[in-house]
Amino acid sequence: MLTQYLFFFLSAVALISAVMVLLSKKPIHSVLYLTLTFFTLAGHYILLNAQFLAVVHIIVYAGAIMVLFLFTVMLLNLNIEGEFQKSTLMKFVAALAGGMIFLVLIGTLKSFDVSIVSNPEMTQIGLVKNLGKTLYSEYLMPFELSSILFLSAMVGAVMLGKKDKN
Amino acid sequence: MDIHFILYKLILAAAILLLSLVIAMYATLFERKIAGFFQDRLGPNRAGTFGLLQPVADGVKLFFKEEFMPANADKVLYILGPSLTMLVALLASAVIPWGGTLMIGGHEYALQVADVNIGVLYVFAVISIGVYGVMIGGWASNNKYALMGAVRAASQMISYELAMSMSIVTIVMTSGSLSLNDIVAQQHGMNWNVFTQPIGFVVFLICAFAETNRSPFDLPECETELIGGYHTEYSSMKLGFYLFAEYINIFISSAMISSLYFGGYNFPFMNDLGLSHNMVTILGTVALFAKISFFGFVFMWVRWTLPRFRYDQLMRFGWKGLMPWAMANMILTGFFHLLFKK
Repeated sequence: MLTQYLFFFLSAVALISAVMVLLSKKPIHSVLYLTLTFFTLAGHYILLNAQFLAVVHIIVYAGAIMVLFLFTVMLLNLNIEGEFQKSTLMKFVAALAGGMIFLVLIGTLKSFDVSIVSNPEMTQIGLVKNLGKTLYSEYLMPFELSSILFLSAMVGAVMLGKKDKN
Repeated sequence: MDIHFILYKLILAAAILLLSLVIAMYATLFERKIAGFFQDRLGPNRAGTFGLLQPVADGVKLFFKEEFMPANADKVLYILGPSLTMLVALLASAVIPWGGTLMIGGHEYALQVADVNIGVLYVFAVISIGVYGVMIGGWASNNKYALMGAVRAASQMISYELAMSMSIVTIVMTSGSLSLNDIVAQQHGMNWNVFTQPIGFVVFLICAFAETNRSPFDLPECETELIGGYHTEYSSMKLGFYLFAEYINIFISSAMISSLYFGGYNFPFMNDLGLSHNMVTILGTVALFAKISFFGFVFMWVRWTLPRFRYDQLMRFGWKGLMPWAMANMILTGFFHLLFKK
């Protein structure tokens, strides 16, 4: 019962803050609303018994990526309202691209079999022990490959950010 | 989930909240007394005996100060800043085990609000969102110095978070658990992690100074360069929240250091004294608070002894000094763990 109320509360906050990301005039408010959306999503993960995912979601998205976003917005001082006037063509293209993603999402959700997972092993998969075991045994290869991808991205970012000595 | 359980958790949470606030309050007095001692003067001694009423007087003073808000400040964010700082400062206390278990009327009560199996990660998360309050407050003030302070605070906290997390990761590697309760329980008696993780401990301690924005890393509020840093435009209780959160952070950091490296509520010969279960638990909590007080003293000791770093020195030290040490410690720990433990 409590989880149901929590679900509706979190969903409402998530939806409202997601809409406010688009509607708010100041970029810094958008960033903060997006952070709030991430927190509500983390709440959903906890309701799904995926504590590890929830906390990692907060650490990575709210704690690292959004802080850097906030940082950039503050440094560039993008707090003047209505600074981003896009041309009609750009608005049209953006609407088209967004609409396509929306269609794809609806398509996937329609074919998705919405059934309640009753297998007790499946509801425990989000706990850190089970997740770690699965990642390091069944999916070891993709896991290690993605870590190499991450490392190369990091090195690449440092290389790009380095000042040219010449 | 019965009403009994909820009531007990509520009482425990309220007690810990109250305790954090009172300890933070008296930490301000303690700090000023220590400062007096280091500078060969008496420190506050007018309000009450030994100045014991000084924190109360300070609080009342802050409450009655003028509430000032800069004309072009972002009103909502200006208030959100100090509130968030305070909230996040109080969050971490939920997963720290404040003692063993108490047996009352056949029931076992753990002195920990939430024994989650991801306690360490929860602490990471709280540390990583701690920067929001400072950044939002500094930006919303619409003041160059405040913004500079906020940007400095953010980059400093992000930089030192990495080395801090890595030193905690080594603890997780040796103990094989992400639950703070397990980590503390494994340090039973004198098997404290500090003996196996001396490098990790030093790195963690230095990072804790940086994360709490304390001297020698108090660049975000460096008076000589930035007036007051991110809280330049704040007055009254909003300023009080920022200052107060700093002391709560010291308290929580000391508690974390004690639990991760110094055995938390464990003390030597705890099972050889022939005391009852409850007595051991109470003594353990007393031991934990003795450790916390000691590390609180270390925080103040360092503040009044070392001069402030320069900003580029701070960054170089964080990235080129602490990070390699933390990484080397992690690799060495993994190596020894594989060689000797299995």
